[in-house]
Amino acid sequence: MIGEGIQSSNQRRHSFVQDHVEVGFFTDPTVCIGCKACEVACKEWNQVPDDGFTWSGNSYDNTGHLGASTWRHVMFLEQDCAKGNQIAGPMSLDQDPFRWIFLSDVCKHCEDAGCLEACPTGSIVRTEVGSVLVQNDVCNGCGYCVVSCPFGVIDRRPQPLPDAGGAFKCTFCYDRQKSGLVPACAKVCPTESIVFGRLDDLRARGAERVHQLQQSGYNDAQLYDPTETSVRGIHAFFLILGEPEAYGLPPKPQIPTIYLKSAWTAAFATAIASIITTLVAFAFFS
Amino acid sequence: MTSNSPSEKRLEELREQAWKDGVVPGKGVDVAGGPIPRKPGYYGQPVVKPPVWTWEIPIYFFVGGLSGMSAVIASAAVLFHHVDLARTAMWLAAIGVILSSVLLIMDLGRPHLFINMLRVFKHQSAMSMGVWILTFFGACVVPGLIALELHTLHLFTGAMDQLLRIAAGVLIFGSALFGTLLATYTGVLIGATAIPAWFLHRLLLPIHFGTAGLGSAAGLLELFGHRIAPLNAIGFFAAAVESALLVWLTIDKHGAADRAIHEHGSGWLIRVGEILTGPLALVLRLFGFVPFAAFAFLVGALVSRFGWIAVGKVSGSDPESVFAAERY
Repeated sequence: MIGEGIQSSNQRRHSFVQDHVEVGFFTDPTVCIGCKACEVACKEWNQVPDDGFTWSGNSYDNTGHLGASTWRHVMFLEQDCAKGNQIAGPMSLDQDPFRWIFLSDVCKHCEDAGCLEACPTGSIVRTEVGSVLVQNDVCNGCGYCVVSCPFGVIDRRPQPLPDAGGAFKCTFCYDRQKSGLVPACAKVCPTESIVFGRLDDLRARGAERVHQLQQSGYNDAQLYDPTETSVRGIHAFFLILGEPEAYGLPPKPQIPTIYLKSAWTAAFATAIASIITTLVAFAFFS
Repeated sequence: MTSNSPSEKRLEELREQAWKDGVVPGKGVDVAGGPIPRKPGYYGQPVVKPPVWTWEIPIYFFVGGLSGMSAVIASAAVLFHHVDLARTAMWLAAIGVILSSVLLIMDLGRPHLFINMLRVFKHQSAMSMGVWILTFFGACVVPGLIALELHTLHLFTGAMDQLLRIAAGVLIFGSALFGTLLATYTGVLIGATAIPAWFLHRLLLPIHFGTAGLGSAAGLLELFGHRIAPLNAIGFFAAAVESALLVWLTIDKHGAADRAIHEHGSGWLIRVGEILTGPLALVLRLFGFVPFAAFAFLVGALVSRFGWIAVGKVSGSDPESVFAAERY
């Protein structure tokens, strides 16, 4: 928490990797100021190449979306509704309501991760702290994780960027965590909109924050943590105002492995039917 | 930033245009009526990622399907003593498996690390299963072809020739088993993904890919001069199934979730592919234009594979398709 100084879980050294403690990110847009320090810190620490210097015209978001060279992405939502009891401009609440929301998006580190299951090389693994990690030296760039992520996070890095051809996404700063450091984005976040810590602590904290906000008039505050779907919850979860669609988040994300059974059944049936058809054709039409 | 940087210039242009017309059209600019974005989702950004695969993958689907099903025809030909046909079919399968491997390696972002595919065996990854199927298929087809050729050329006599005959039989039978899986697993590969237009048709895809492979193999063998009744019968069967799949695809619509199949250029590729492999091939065969039917089926099978990858790109880039798919 702000005010805790170096005692905050965002600043303290830790031994989560050594102790095999599940960790997470809780990202709260109601205290985000849209400074993009998380994007910068992520790029600096992980030496991620730039993602283009194009002017999108989408509010102050010139980053676009998560991808192979974008591991943190601050979203800028402009909506025509009130933000809690805040009054925009000199008018009353119901006159020309407006709210500006900033939310730092990141890899969700799913409980059941589509990319991890799909990876045919075993390059994508689950770490001691429960995060999902791509081992860059093993990945051969087959691109199957790209279409297996229900959140559209992971992508293959195109030529001629450094380390091109491999799949990349947020590493949860696994290298920093191994040394007892906090992920770069959380460390640098000036308002602690991104909080790093033990997953169970964060879940409790998230629930408490939603309650607090609803008490203060933010009626549409909710947690985005799809525990009811086949993804079974995410380790980097968010507080959102309004519906997840507006943030480009799927309301009911599913891990693609749930489709395997029916697809393989169709495949085996077709395989058997093809063999029978061919044998019948040769037996009766000769 | 200097005032003559491209973004500043663009801003000036937009200001002038807004002053003049009151509306600024163009990417990401929605100033008409205020700053509230009206595109679906977050500024119309894709929710899932479209496939990064390029032309190698649809051609691989086509070649792999043809190669796998050629081995099935080869094994039936061996059983029913069509030795010439079995030889041609095994050559097709062997050339196909080599071409398939080359295409798959070419498509990798890091082709020099292709061997990492064989590090693990993951039943929950259709890509991993596919690689192993292709590996086992290749390990049956290539020695199977060599044994078959040595046996038919009678290079050896006595026990050695008997051994070659048995080896050829076993390996060709093995090729047929892995071949049918090679032709159908590709449907599972794209059916078990997060792309709405793909996973909504996960039952149709393996049937379509398998049938397209079988029809292509029969068609190509006919074009190579094997104009025999069993291959014609297989051609009829494949064209009939493809016609039925065309009807299925037309009826089984999911609105915005799979509109990539019915609209856009991707929809046209699917339609053209299905008509060529289905009704057209069927009618041509009914009137006895066998080579034309075979040719139409082959072209259709290739176009349809490009169509399905294009569908994935369109559907994966469309946020509304993801939101709509969650109702199914």
